[in-house]
Amino acid sequence: MQNRLSNRLGLWGWLAGGRYGPERYVYALHRLAGLGILAYFLLHIFVTGTRIQGPEKWESTMQFFGTPFFKIGEFLVFLAFAYHAINGIRLILVELALTIGKPGLPTYPYSYSTLRQRPLLIIAMLVAGIVMIIGGADFFWLTK
Amino acid sequence: MRESKLWSWHILSGVVIAVLLGIHMAIMHMDAVLEILGIGSGDPIRSDAVFYRSRQLYFMITYIILLAAALFHGLYGLRSMLCELSLSRALEKVIGTLCTAVGLVLFIYGSYVAMTVYRMGEVLP
Repeated sequence: MQNRLSNRLGLWGWLAGGRYGPERYVYALHRLAGLGILAYFLLHIFVTGTRIQGPEKWESTMQFFGTPFFKIGEFLVFLAFAYHAINGIRLILVELALTIGKPGLPTYPYSYSTLRQRPLLIIAMLVAGIVMIIGGADFFWLTK
Repeated sequence: MRESKLWSWHILSGVVIAVLLGIHMAIMHMDAVLEILGIGSGDPIRSDAVFYRSRQLYFMITYIILLAAALFHGLYGLRSMLCELSLSRALEKVIGTLCTAVGLVLFIYGSYVAMTVYRMGEVLP
């Protein structure tokens, strides 16, 4: 039988960073973005399913979703995807231990794996920010 | 062992989604930027563009792969988050079974739509 620790904090345990630093907030946001994308995706399966009823039905469905309210919602999904995907790639690199450096004797000033991974976190957030800005320009300024 | 296998599939499906959904997002939501770069093809949600893509074998296959990867990745992620709330073993099992059932039903429905619309090319002009 597997020993498991109880999650005493419940939902707060997901969201609060406590003493863990920015990585913990990035993790909480990753989960929130993932849940948002999942909710959208489950609806998206049914919306794109209207294709089966022919082009007229598709056009009328797209007309319904073409209002500013849904456009902003769609943009939020785009932001969530950009963030979740780029942070997800960072997490895979961390999971594969590609970012923690080689083991060695502890010498002052002490370093730790989270600190060694931080440049990758900063790069990932910058890339996500750039993709979000380009996406925003496409959604609100470039699309006629 | 089973959980670590599922976790490996979760990572693998994430890579598949990052590639396929990245392409999908670029085609569907960055059309104006693609137009500027000279690789755009007009409004991607117009019915003729949507049905043209849907009738290509490449798109039909990638839609089904993306559907499978996204359903697994999303529902496994949801299940993992819920199981972290220190639920009883019985409730964890119920959540796992529900996620599997929902995933299978949606996969069958989505694949049916993708294959039917692909075959509609023979009927529609």
